[in-house]
Amino acid sequence: MYGKRLRALSIATAISIVTAFSLAFFYAPEDADQGFVQKIFYLHVPMAIVALCGFVFGGICAIAHLRTGDRRWDIRSYVAIHMALILGIGVLLTGSIWARAAWGHWWVWDEPTLVSFLIIFLLYACYQPLRFSIEDPEKQARYASVFAITCGAFVPLNFIAVRLAQAYTHPRVLGSTGNLPGPMRLTFLVSLLAMTLLYVTLWKYEMTAKNVHAQLRSLRRKLAPDEALTPGRRSAAPSLPSR
Amino acid sequence: MRRATAAVLRKELRLELRTPQSVPAMALFSITTFVVFHFALQRSDISGDLASGVLWVTLLLGAMLGIARLFVADREEGGFDGFLLAPVDRTSLFVAKATALLAYLIAVQIVAVPAFVLLLLGPSPSNVGALIGLLALADLGIAIVGTLVGALAIQSRARDLLVPLIALPLLIPVLICAAKGTTPLLTDGGAHAVAARWPLTIALYDLVFGLVAYAVFDYLLED
Amino acid sequence: MRRYGERTALDGVSVSVPAGSSLVVFGPNGAGKSTLLRVLATLLAPHAGTTTVLGCALPREGWKVRGRVGLLGHEPLLYKDLSARENLRYHARLHDVRSERAEELLDQVGMWLRADEPIRELSRGMVQRVAACRAVLHDPELLLLDEPASNLDPAATAALEPLIGRSSGRTRVVTSHDPAGGLKDADLVLGLRAGKAELHGSAHDFDAAAIGALYA
Repeated sequence: MYGKRLRALSIATAISIVTAFSLAFFYAPEDADQGFVQKIFYLHVPMAIVALCGFVFGGICAIAHLRTGDRRWDIRSYVAIHMALILGIGVLLTGSIWARAAWGHWWVWDEPTLVSFLIIFLLYACYQPLRFSIEDPEKQARYASVFAITCGAFVPLNFIAVRLAQAYTHPRVLGSTGNLPGPMRLTFLVSLLAMTLLYVTLWKYEMTAKNVHAQLRSLRRKLAPDEALTPGRRSAAPSLPSR
Repeated sequence: MRRATAAVLRKELRLELRTPQSVPAMALFSITTFVVFHFALQRSDISGDLASGVLWVTLLLGAMLGIARLFVADREEGGFDGFLLAPVDRTSLFVAKATALLAYLIAVQIVAVPAFVLLLLGPSPSNVGALIGLLALADLGIAIVGTLVGALAIQSRARDLLVPLIALPLLIPVLICAAKGTTPLLTDGGAHAVAARWPLTIALYDLVFGLVAYAVFDYLLED
Repeated sequence: MRRYGERTALDGVSVSVPAGSSLVVFGPNGAGKSTLLRVLATLLAPHAGTTTVLGCALPREGWKVRGRVGLLGHEPLLYKDLSARENLRYHARLHDVRSERAEELLDQVGMWLRADEPIRELSRGMVQRVAACRAVLHDPELLLLDEPASNLDPAATAALEPLIGRSSGRTRVVTSHDPAGGLKDADLVLGLRAGKAELHGSAHDFDAAAIGALYA
């Protein structure tokens, strides 16, 4: 079910990533102030945007889960959130590198987007511990959905608050894309596309893997119904309910 | 719905009055924390943004204690089942618990804020009305989010750990706006007005999370 | 059908109980007796199959059933720091029942004198009596009892009989570990093992030995 179009998607992702990197390295002009390091912007900002959309998407899937009771929406939500979390680590790392190169410090409080991200990251880092500390799978799914929805609503509020807090100090470094000159804008948009495709592809890969796993389990159970489930590696991660 | 909310609230308050657990602990914690801050900051006298920060951090951490205990009695004594069997709207539990938590926070602050003024604050607070207003708005946000997180955490094995880990990041917007808003009130030089954006943002936060919690709380109670 | 993760707690249990009669459920521990009661009480939602309680389909119409079912389980569902009277008044308010009814019930089970002591200080038998009051406070049409006599001396059991026993006239589903006593109490019998129904039928058709075989 998830395997269709996966190959085409993967190829498209690979192509766009290569294109984005080439554009970033060769085509986009160097920034006058910050030099070559500024190019990390093409990695950092798309990652941030995609991660935030991922969190919000996770929240939307969670709403669908609570409304329909279908566990597959919960799995979608779980995968979306934990991929976004991994991207979030990338955002913080690249942001830190950029801060160091541009302003000499490994961390700056002046950049509201980065600070908001730190808070959101700390929050979503609790998602998996929360899931794994509730044993009943149905309850786990439901509680995780509540968490995802609450935190999804939190993301915009957090941004507003942090922006307000920084309003007087430092002019924002990340202008809107409307301010970027032509070549930079093109590179940025391609990078954004590449990152989005990467996220979607990885998401689909993981969903497919879980699907296959579930089918394997139900086949195994049909073949040997009285045997206890093979111990194997006991993972607390949520899995699709086997039919 | 109102009847059920009132019934649960009465029970909550009666339990707390009978065997006071949350409020004295929170109040004592607040005062102890002020003492700790005195030694940690090595100051006898703070004002402005430092004072604002110390006050709000202490209030927030004290709130964590209250949140952690909010659903413990129900969980241990089967109170959820008793409530779930009744033909009442399940959101009334949320409203009652949030109101109870709000009451505890206010009770604690009635003790903690004067203690703060006495122990640590340099200038006397200029606009007490505005201070009370900010406290009230922030308390509402803390109560809403706290009840939601308390209910979320109660079912997990790691409940004591999860409450601060989830609630603190969620409450950072409240902290930001409350601290920024309170700063001019605790500064020497008298009655600076509180910028409108801070209470407005807290109010927005309260509204959004109030709605989210209202929509989502039912799902936390099912089995 | 009710699942718990990978395990099926109840599967294909099919039984119907006419109004006013008593169904007694037997089975070893872990057979699914408590799960069955919780599903009927609308505390757990069935995952598959049809469940109809008092004419309402679960889980969709569970809310209609709620005020008409009484549950007396292993947990007394009473707050330990409040007194019996306060606990019953709380439940009375939740169920929109006059608080005088709480007083009547306390009197009926002989707890009137000790109604103001915290639950924490009462013996297990007394707590069970108060819990039984809680279960019938709102005059439910259906009573669900999980081993009601397990902690009671004969005097207490006699005191509770008009409330939750056969003579109360309510429809009852009772779980029991006592084949002989349970059979006497029953109109219908259900035997569960590992979530499946092994025995089912009118009480006359079974004897204590047949019930005992369930535990083998």
